[in-house]
Amino acid sequence: MPPSSEVLVHARSLTKRFAAFTAVNAIDFDVHVGEAFGFLGPNGAGKTSTMRMIACSSPVTDGELSVIGLDPRTHAAEIKSRLGVVPQADNLDAELTVLENLLMYARYFDIPGPVARARAAELLEFMQLSERAGDQVEPLSGGMKRRLTIARALINEPELIILDEPTTGLDPQARHLLWERLYRLKQRGATLIITTHYMDEAEQLCDRLVVMDKAEIVAAGSPRQLIEQYSTREVLELRVPEASRPGIDGRLEGLADRVEELPDRYLLYAADGEQALEAIHQREIPIESALVRRATLEDVFLRLTGRSLVE
Amino acid sequence: MAVAAGTPPRPPATRAVSALAGAAHVLQRNLLVYRRTWRGSLFGSFLTPLLYLTAMGVGLGGLVAQGGSSLLGGVDYLHFLGPGILASTCMQTASFESTYPIMGKISWRRNYEAMLATPLQVHHLLIGELGWIGFRLTTIGLVFLVVLSLFGIPRSPLALLAIPAAALTGLAFSAPIIAFAATRTNDSGFAALFRFVINPLFLFSGTFFPVSQLPDAVEWVAAATPLYHGVALVRGAILDAMPASWPLHVAYLVVCLGATAIVAERLLRRRLVK
Repeated sequence: MPPSSEVLVHARSLTKRFAAFTAVNAIDFDVHVGEAFGFLGPNGAGKTSTMRMIACSSPVTDGELSVIGLDPRTHAAEIKSRLGVVPQADNLDAELTVLENLLMYARYFDIPGPVARARAAELLEFMQLSERAGDQVEPLSGGMKRRLTIARALINEPELIILDEPTTGLDPQARHLLWERLYRLKQRGATLIITTHYMDEAEQLCDRLVVMDKAEIVAAGSPRQLIEQYSTREVLELRVPEASRPGIDGRLEGLADRVEELPDRYLLYAADGEQALEAIHQREIPIESALVRRATLEDVFLRLTGRSLVE
Repeated sequence: MAVAAGTPPRPPATRAVSALAGAAHVLQRNLLVYRRTWRGSLFGSFLTPLLYLTAMGVGLGGLVAQGGSSLLGGVDYLHFLGPGILASTCMQTASFESTYPIMGKISWRRNYEAMLATPLQVHHLLIGELGWIGFRLTTIGLVFLVVLSLFGIPRSPLALLAIPAAALTGLAFSAPIIAFAATRTNDSGFAALFRFVINPLFLFSGTFFPVSQLPDAVEWVAAATPLYHGVALVRGAILDAMPASWPLHVAYLVVCLGATAIVAERLLRRRLVK
């Protein structure tokens, strides 16, 4: 189902403060029905605080927010009854079995027993957990717990599903299975809001996204738009012998839109990477190795949020 | 399901879950877990009075019977002790259930975080937990009455009133201790709570001897604690000798429960909704 122009989440000057600390500083965004909308950003950028405000788990400090056309300040319970929330860290009920986790969660939504049982069976099937229905939660693998957490978030047939770093800590197989399931949910008309700091995940899943840094939105658009706007089409990665590093900056001049020097290599942002490499050969600049690749969201992300470590 | 089956999202038909229904879901969750552990739990409830009554009621009581009968209210030590043990066991169980399991749901396993992502609200969680603890105390009361009957202690059907009285006593401890747990980031305070509050109350609130035996100053402290009032009610019911002051005892426990439950709700909200 293609995204529509109907707005499901609307935020203007949305702000979250904890005492003197501003976690989210007056951000604006709209999420449309049927789209997968991403929040990217380093740790501490304000992604989770924003998610929690949308999920009505955290009161809005200031600004405007409407979720499914309702105000979280006055209609939190009704909004929650129509949302599915997948938190950053699994909070499954470790004292219940896999199936009981779903059935009990359905009770919290006041879903009648027979309906809950039918949905639970369907969701376990969808998330490839049917065979573990009677098992305790603890021995499940990380990927299984994540899938159960997502199944649990779907028990009330939510109009909007909020996923906070859905694949953090999973192995590649588990991630790909999860992406495939999320993609299928989207195909079936679900609206998804996803936070992640995996750029490949954002490129795979998100129709549109915003990049957050230091409590603010620093860029917004589709993955393709962001790459066009903040990067070149291609990137040439050069490794240069240590001896020829001094003075190389001048020799690289004019070969690319932008050159970034890293401790182990140079990144040349150019529309045509092969052409830039050709020019380097012509200038007889000594190199150890060269790689031409397409620019990714990761290049955009690092340009916008910097390379310094956030801890 | 609408999302997975490709049908359009259903109309916004869900109503806000009413407070009692919400609390009932929380209680139901605990009962579901209890289904796996109830045998051991009930056996423990059976063993506690049996051991105390045999060792202290029959054994020790045989030594103190002669001198103490009038101070004990005209009964032998076994009859004096039995109801007191019921009230204090309820205090201890309620206190335990309000510490580690609540902290686990707040921060170790974060059940409350998951529950608050649904239409459930903080007061549903609190009422549900208190309801669950009330249920546990009721089962303890029932088992105790059976054991006390084996020793021939209850004197009339009025003894059945000891069950709600004992449950109310426990709950008057639960609410303030849940409030305390809501402020803790680790469990180190709980050991201190049991060592410096619960155990001294167990010893000095009229379970083992009348508080009139204590120096006046200490007697007043003892009389200010919920356990003293709980013991008075439970003992009055089981021995068919309800003191004329029973409405005061009930009121004291109800006010304790109500006032501290309001504080507990505030503190839980502050902890869970940021």
